[in-house]
Amino acid sequence: MKLIRYASIDGNSNGYWGLMALFAAFILAALGSSYFMEHNGHYVTGMTNQIVWGLPHVFAVFLIVAASGALNVASIASVFNKKAYKPLTRLSALLAIALLMGGLIVLVLDLGRPDRLIIAATIYNFKSIFAWNMILYSGFIGIVGVYLWTMMDETVNKFNRIAGISAFVWRLMLTTGTGSIFGFLVARQGYDAAIMAPMFIIMSFAFGLAFFILVMFATYNGTGRELGDAIVNRMRNLLGIFVAAILYFFLVFHLTNLYATEHHGVEAFILRDGGVFTNLFWIGSIIIGGVVPLLMVYGPFCKKSRKALAVASVLVIIGGLASMYVIIIGGQAYPLQLFPGMEVSSSFFDGVVNTYSPTLPELMLGLGGVALSLIIVTLAVKALDLLPVSLADSVADPHHKD
Amino acid sequence: MKTDNTTDTSKRKFLGGAAAVAGITIAPGVLLQTVQAKPDDQAVSNKVRWGMLIDTNKCADGCTDCVTACNSEHGLAGHDRPETDTQYIRKVTLKDKQTGHVKTLPVMCQHCETAPCADVCPTGASFKREDGIVLVDKHICIGCRYCMMACPYKARSFVHEDVYDQKDHTPRGKGTVESCTMCVHKVDKGENPACVTACNKEHKAMYFGDLNDANSEISKRLKEHGGKQIRADLGLNPGVRYQGV
Ligand code: SF4
Ligand code: SF4
Repeated sequence: MKLIRYASIDGNSNGYWGLMALFAAFILAALGSSYFMEHNGHYVTGMTNQIVWGLPHVFAVFLIVAASGALNVASIASVFNKKAYKPLTRLSALLAIALLMGGLIVLVLDLGRPDRLIIAATIYNFKSIFAWNMILYSGFIGIVGVYLWTMMDETVNKFNRIAGISAFVWRLMLTTGTGSIFGFLVARQGYDAAIMAPMFIIMSFAFGLAFFILVMFATYNGTGRELGDAIVNRMRNLLGIFVAAILYFFLVFHLTNLYATEHHGVEAFILRDGGVFTNLFWIGSIIIGGVVPLLMVYGPFCKKSRKALAVASVLVIIGGLASMYVIIIGGQAYPLQLFPGMEVSSSFFDGVVNTYSPTLPELMLGLGGVALSLIIVTLAVKALDLLPVSLADSVADPHHKD
Repeated sequence: MKTDNTTDTSKRKFLGGAAAVAGITIAPGVLLQTVQAKPDDQAVSNKVRWGMLIDTNKCADGCTDCVTACNSEHGLAGHDRPETDTQYIRKVTLKDKQTGHVKTLPVMCQHCETAPCADVCPTGASFKREDGIVLVDKHICIGCRYCMMACPYKARSFVHEDVYDQKDHTPRGKGTVESCTMCVHKVDKGENPACVTACNKEHKAMYFGDLNDANSEISKRLKEHGGKQIRADLGLNPGVRYQGV
């Protein structure tokens, strides 16, 4: 195997600056949206006292989940010693940090009092899984940062493996923690399931990899660096496996829920009667985010196509957002059961399916988080030696025969 | 008890301040129930557990006296936006699916002993006082709304827009979460919560008192007629009990 050479990209092309401008515009729009929401109060959004977490949380949780998944490529290389993934470990670590920051900023800007962030950062209630998550998130950025440093600095390279293992363990905790935010809400019929945390882990694998593939394609195409089939096909296979695993977990999740009588109501709601949520689940999560990408990855027509893999990755991301929407908002739309067996009504929307119509500022805030992640990546590949000069098969695949 | 120690000094100070602002003496003897007054300068004690009992058989369909009293006591003027306006207490109508029997009852924060809102709150803004009253410290609430996700009783509201005409004893703030305080400012002076006082004028469906005191009216009534907790299966041991559901 040849020695891998890394170099920053020039980043002087029109395309580069165009991208930067685009991302910056989205970030500005997000900041404006957040100011609008905070200034007027959240009544200007689609959120209410019934749907307390809206579209921003969908994006935030999605990005946070994807962040830990983006670290996969690095983990496979460092923890499981698969040399073929080595060239892309730097990008993988960077993308992980970038996605997490994008998710966190959305979370923070959607708070009722973002100006009190300092309180959240200094006063902890250690019983709260939410407080633990804040520690997990900042720790993740720190640990992955160190991990990246051990990759890039020869003098500390000997700590690379231990840093890689720590980062891997930490990311599993992080996703478990994120999933547990929902798993701990005992009173909400849609969330009360131990399977929530492992399901989040498997979703993170797919979402993170989908982002990774797209960023990899964009940078290599944009800079004209060589990207061989060996590495692309590896990614293709991995994505296929992860997407199949998500579908499997959905199946298990809903089957176990159907098994428990107290969950029949919410299951019927998501799977059959939930209107927009039912559609999003079947069309968004299952078909767009699952079945179609699987066909594009394994189907005989698309098997060799890079375009197909790119489209599949986009679909996985769209499907992932749909899944988050169903979990986060669908779970709140389904009424809390205060008096089982009774028909309930009140001035506070007891007993009714709650409605939610997301507003433009919420959407812009969410997209701004994505844009922040991408701008971090775009800046970093210019500033740091993150990308191998070539990922031709002879570099990427140790067993490749020239 | 572990959970009883979670009240830290900053919260006590906050409450002490609130109580001091509202420290106007009101003639004793107006209220009949066996509520032991706690002088303002005395620390909140875990010897008492404040609770409420609601006799749904006496709660009149169509009556909203408790709600009106609560809104004026805490200055909860709405903006005519039912989906985002604050409600500390609401009248819930129940219809038995089999018999068609209808009854109404007030629901508010149930002041859970194991309060999920306090457990999930990242900053500790949601907390339970030693005497069982669950409150939000508006000064450290960051408005994450996780407590609203965790509350099984839909008891909490998020302040969705600017608030006007605040009462000194009920500080409110846009971007923070709030809920029934069990009128802690009155209770600390030995009075009944506003809803209970209002209900007692006509229907007498609500009782307030110390669940730990076997001789309090509420305890006696519970002993005699029993009382249910809403969603008792969740094991949160709420301080609000219901008869006739
Ligand atoms: S009813 Fe809700 S807000 Fe009140 S103590 Fe229980 S969990 Fe907290
Ligand atoms: S909204 Fe406020 S009180 Fe509720 S969990 Fe968040 S910080 Fe705590």
